[in-house]
Amino acid sequence: MRRVLAAFKIALRALFRNKTRAFLTMLGIICGVAAVITTVSLGQGAKAQIEAQIASLGQNVIQVGSGSVTRGGIHTGWGSAGTLTIEDAEAIQREIPGVVGVSPEVRTSGQVAAGNANWFTQVLGESADYFSIRQWPVALGEPFTEQDVRSVNKVAVIGATVADQLYPGEDPIGKVIRIRNAPFIVVGVLASKGFNMFGQDQDDVVVIPYTSAMKRLLGQTSLRSIIVQAAGPEIIALTQQQITELLRQRHRITPDRDDDFTVRTQQEIAERATEASETMRNLLAGVAAVSLIVGGIGIMNIMLVSVTERTREIGIRMAVGARGRDVMLQFLIEAVTLSAIGGALGILAGVGASKWLTYSQGWPTATPLGWILISVCCSAVVGILFGFYPARKASQLDPIEALRYE
Amino acid sequence: METNAVIRLEDIHKVYQTGEVEVHAVRGVSLEIRRGEFVAIMGASGSGKSTLMNIIGCLDRSTRGRYLLDGTDVSELDRDELADIRNQKIGFVFQGFNLLSRTTALENAELPMLYTHRRLSGREQREHALKALELVGLAKRAHHHPNQLSGGQQQRVAIARALVNDPALLLADEPTGNLDSQTSIEIMGVFQRLNDQGITIVMVTHELDIAHYTKRNVIMRDGRIVQDVQVEKRLKADEELERLRREQQAVQLAP
Ligand SMILES: Nc1ncnc2c1ncn2[C@@H]1O[C@H](COP(=O)(O)OP(=O)(O)OP(=O)(O)O)[C@@H](O)[C@H]1O
Ligand SMILES: [Mg+2]
Repeated sequence: MRRVLAAFKIALRALFRNKTRAFLTMLGIICGVAAVITTVSLGQGAKAQIEAQIASLGQNVIQVGSGSVTRGGIHTGWGSAGTLTIEDAEAIQREIPGVVGVSPEVRTSGQVAAGNANWFTQVLGESADYFSIRQWPVALGEPFTEQDVRSVNKVAVIGATVADQLYPGEDPIGKVIRIRNAPFIVVGVLASKGFNMFGQDQDDVVVIPYTSAMKRLLGQTSLRSIIVQAAGPEIIALTQQQITELLRQRHRITPDRDDDFTVRTQQEIAERATEASETMRNLLAGVAAVSLIVGGIGIMNIMLVSVTERTREIGIRMAVGARGRDVMLQFLIEAVTLSAIGGALGILAGVGASKWLTYSQGWPTATPLGWILISVCCSAVVGILFGFYPARKASQLDPIEALRYE
Repeated sequence: METNAVIRLEDIHKVYQTGEVEVHAVRGVSLEIRRGEFVAIMGASGSGKSTLMNIIGCLDRSTRGRYLLDGTDVSELDRDELADIRNQKIGFVFQGFNLLSRTTALENAELPMLYTHRRLSGREQREHALKALELVGLAKRAHHHPNQLSGGQQQRVAIARALVNDPALLLADEPTGNLDSQTSIEIMGVFQRLNDQGITIVMVTHELDIAHYTKRNVIMRDGRIVQDVQVEKRLKADEELERLRREQQAVQLAP
């Protein structure tokens, strides 16, 4: 133990003597660790943001889409198959006890106009439950009602962006909006939600009763999807299962055949969305890890030079009784100290860079503690790994030959 | 059992293999050195003195032969055991000093204690090293770096380092090779005092007058011992220094 302490002292002193070189050697590790920490922080921040946005889809939401996601191995588009009907939606509402809200959904996009202004936007056909399921209140006016849906009324609730485009500086409530030339009355303006995780403007939307959309705009009888809200998180899985059973029965699907619809929980949607960002993050972290290895090679290089330069010193130490192990320890500690200090500085730099990105670019970042620990361990391991070869080389020197070295 | 020999060499050979050529540096040396002796090994350049010294100092191994140090057969020990012997039993003074250049005299003297098994606190180490420096008359320069010291002073630091672990055997390869004659005599004075205290000393030199300060002269030629004599008219370093001083004063007073 005392010998370890002595080796530590010698190593530190040797590093201190050559500050510039020590710093330059550390730079590789510093950059590697900083890169790892920054990418992971960015990834973590993005993940947290995605999760927040998924949560904003509403609580305990289950989506039922027409068509199976993979049918016969072929990926068919969400909602393209036309297998869901209004009766399906009504059956879910009626027969499954844990369901508190249902919104049959159709979608289209098209030109909307008011006066001289017109705008291209997305049109959603939904039920009156939609606003409560998505926890999306109106900022002005009122949402449309169940009565409006039943009576196929030509009423619309418009997003904040659409309101700005069509009615700049005016109160849109009660005004006419022509959707694909069909006149609707604006009854409400939605509260602004901003951009979603894919960079889309969520306020660029017009919501109308699904009945009106199907009859007056689309002339279709099938739904794109059904949005279902369960009473609580604990019954989501059960509700998902009940919906599947109900729809299989209603669609007369024999047990040997696949579903012609897809039931997804919010959980699954969230997982799918974070999966992509996680893959990206891991890829970047991998690249950063490679730079850590490059830093390790830098350490090995300098340690080899250092061993050669200090051959005489090694000879002297051996001549007065240092064992191979003592010399090895001295150089190993030097390498590990280099990489550990480099790692610590790298963490500081990485956390600093993340904070700066948040500050200057507005990118969300979060540095997970686990990754800091991983970086510390990695850089120590890099030091041991790449310091080992030079240290062993030093320890195997012959004392007489080392002393004779010029 | 086998007398009280500190060093016992039996038919030692050393062959260097440099590429195709074999250099037979030591060819069958047998030698016995007892406790308390002060031996000078002499001979022409290339006669194998340093090679033999390195073997005696456990820095190098013989190609053939047996070497008993304090009764243990050194030829059979491994690297680590040899390192321990160098650390505890032997103090080695090199011709080129071989000090660590960026550390102080005191730290140089402390160096062997970093590698001992004895448990010494930092303060005890410091005290030991200071005592060793005092012994060679250099306590005042303890905090100087080697490049701030004269050749003689550097050699004293090297001797202090060799003495710090209280070795039974002090080995020196041309300890006065780089020094002027007065400094050389001063170093011999240090050696004589250590020898009087009971330390066995073996020293290589090619200067005949330096050899007169020792008790026994061993002469080598071509890797063999050709002569082994006791010194008859042994010089005392103190007296010689006194004489030198008087002569110098006389020169200064003369005009
Ligand atoms: N490492 C080595 N490899 C090959 N030959 C060597 C080596 N060291 C010494 N020799 C040879 O061994 C012989 C003895 O060398 P050594 O250094 O022992 O002589 P020496 O008596 O100490 O000479 P000097 O008085 O010049 O120091 C010389 O011929 C030398 O060339
Ligand atoms: Mg020599």
